[in-house]
Amino acid sequence: MSADDMSAEDLNPREREGVIHPEVRAPDDESERGQDGRRLHHAEGASKPIRAPRTREPQPRGAKIRGDRPIDQAEAAERFLAAPLHQAAHDERLWDLRKKRDTAAFGIPEWEELRELASQIKTHTLANLDRYLEEFEANAKANGVHVHWAVDGADHNRIVLGILRAHGAKTLVKSKSMLTEECGFRHFIEAEGIAIVETDLGERIQQLDNEEPSHVVVPAAHKTRFDVAEVFARTLGTDPDNDDAHYLAESQRETTRPHILQADAGLTGCNFAVAETGTVVTCTNEGNADLSGNVPPLQIHSIGIEKIIPRVEHLGVFLRLLARSALGSPITQYTSHFRGPRKGTEMHMVLVDNGRSARLGMEEFWTSLKCIRCGACMNTCPVYRRSGGLSYGATYSGPIGLIIDPTFNKRKYSTLPFSSTMNGSCTNVCPVKINIHEQIFAWRKVLAEEHQIPALKQGMMKAAGAVLSRPAAYRAAIGAADSALKVLPRFAVYNPLNTWGRKREMPEAPRQSFHAWYKANRMKGDKA
Amino acid sequence: MSARDGILAAIRANRPAGDHPLPDVPLFAPLVGDDLTAEFGARLQRMGGRIAPGTAQDPLAGVRERLAGAKVVASAVPEVAGNRDLAAIARPQDVDDVDVAVVRAVFGIAETGSVLFTQDELVVNAVAYLAQHLVVLLDPADILPNVQAAYRRPEFGRAAYAVLHTGPSATADIEGVLIHGAQGVRSLSVVLTPRATA
Repeated sequence: MSADDMSAEDLNPREREGVIHPEVRAPDDESERGQDGRRLHHAEGASKPIRAPRTREPQPRGAKIRGDRPIDQAEAAERFLAAPLHQAAHDERLWDLRKKRDTAAFGIPEWEELRELASQIKTHTLANLDRYLEEFEANAKANGVHVHWAVDGADHNRIVLGILRAHGAKTLVKSKSMLTEECGFRHFIEAEGIAIVETDLGERIQQLDNEEPSHVVVPAAHKTRFDVAEVFARTLGTDPDNDDAHYLAESQRETTRPHILQADAGLTGCNFAVAETGTVVTCTNEGNADLSGNVPPLQIHSIGIEKIIPRVEHLGVFLRLLARSALGSPITQYTSHFRGPRKGTEMHMVLVDNGRSARLGMEEFWTSLKCIRCGACMNTCPVYRRSGGLSYGATYSGPIGLIIDPTFNKRKYSTLPFSSTMNGSCTNVCPVKINIHEQIFAWRKVLAEEHQIPALKQGMMKAAGAVLSRPAAYRAAIGAADSALKVLPRFAVYNPLNTWGRKREMPEAPRQSFHAWYKANRMKGDKA
Repeated sequence: MSARDGILAAIRANRPAGDHPLPDVPLFAPLVGDDLTAEFGARLQRMGGRIAPGTAQDPLAGVRERLAGAKVVASAVPEVAGNRDLAAIARPQDVDDVDVAVVRAVFGIAETGSVLFTQDELVVNAVAYLAQHLVVLLDPADILPNVQAAYRRPEFGRAAYAVLHTGPSATADIEGVLIHGAQGVRSLSVVLTPRATA
């Protein structure tokens, strides 16, 4: 048996019974089987059946948005916790993704080396971003691509609308893109009379339910199959009593296909933009970015300027990290490399700043631009798993959201950096080595200096500060390890000052952390 | 100042301090055994793809039934005679009724079970997604050990479109239940057979 075939249960027998919420452990499910008859769990498939109990429970909704007023994440989280079936299924599902990630990472002896390489490549690129953007632009133009530059979200939206209008395009299919969420693109373009259809199943569920994606990789992870059945019955006319996942997915496929065929234009996001060749790379499991880019006569790619990497060979590093970190799969089902237009069609690329160049100048926070949007920090975060992505009331949720969102709006997202237990697990799983929990703490300081922070949260900050100010003690507590979730000092978790202690049972972490495992098993081999 | 110049100027003004050299990327030792064909097949199957069993005399034996049961077969390979000429397709939308598409992969990757196509192999890029099922011919001699080796290949620098397919289209957006045939093909079968010698 190769390491790739090992499940988390093989690596850690205790995990065999290791569900956090036994009530969502189903005896079996309808997941696809492989050629050999074994149950498959590639892509974002769960490694074991997880099913919300059949009892109907209304889906908890996200944070209340009141203009620029600070988001009350804790309030939205309380409502999520008050829906125990949703909370348990969500927690279990994302913890499963986290464990799949561990198994995939264990399968590669050079995992830590890849993380370090990825971090260095990103750091280098960000430090020379002007040069690489110019190189990317020159190569894209030489490939026959129209290149546009957008200062902010509104600029991006105007540019795309201009391209659509110039072609008389009235219908647009798009694939998942956090950047366009940042820009509020869907709402803008609908208001301009363009019919827009999300083509990713999870995104489509969210669009039809008029909700934002709650997770960067699995946008509808907070919904149970009953919620999806309700949304589809209401919007697509499916049988409201049929909550079979295959039936629901097939209904979405069949109703989306005509939109794809009839669309005047297709828009995708971008996982990596290669300066050396002017290529946009998209990674999906459904093949929807590939359809958006290959079927309509006009294709548009929206690119955050931090997505640039210098050379094609660097894709080898990032692709090997991305799907393993996000899904626990060695690769996504589809990796498309769009370099030039198809015959007789036009290809446009929009390079979007939207606050990124300013973030580059923030000494403590610029390395957050290394993020490749894998979602690993969200899956491992006890706060995120128990409160749902929509409770953050922001485009980016979970640990990475805590350090990115305040750069967009310091007042509105001033409370988010406090939605953390500071256990450091996010930093440990980050494939590009962003010091997420340290930046969370740094944001608390910045926001404390600039804003009035509620007394309760100031107390929390002191407690976290006491731990963080003693690096040796902190490392001992965290280990260099994910077992942090388990060994987190009780005072930090269940302290009455920590709103995250109330009502929340910490999940069981794997007994052996990756670092401990790596040290025990791989370092020896490296030396041999 | 144009948006472009403004963005570049802001980047230059905010350049992070310090020296950040670009590291060399090693090729890394392959994580797979010497039998690349077996490794490829095993990984492909864990990603939901199938290896179509065949013999030296009849390499297509494993997909015969699928081809026979299909109304519309679009073939981009000389080994299979389809009934839809991809070269004559005017619009990508016109391949939506294809039941089975047959294409040859440029190469395979043993580490992941992936295959690569460019616009030259696909003829109509969209057929690789709009068809209900995809049959891929792969020469065992074209299997590379790992992803790093794949990205040293020249296709990425010259193809207008290049794509790695690893198994069929898949989703698990509803409660983690894995489902094949999300928006793209419902199945991907690989036929291991050498390239026809011209």
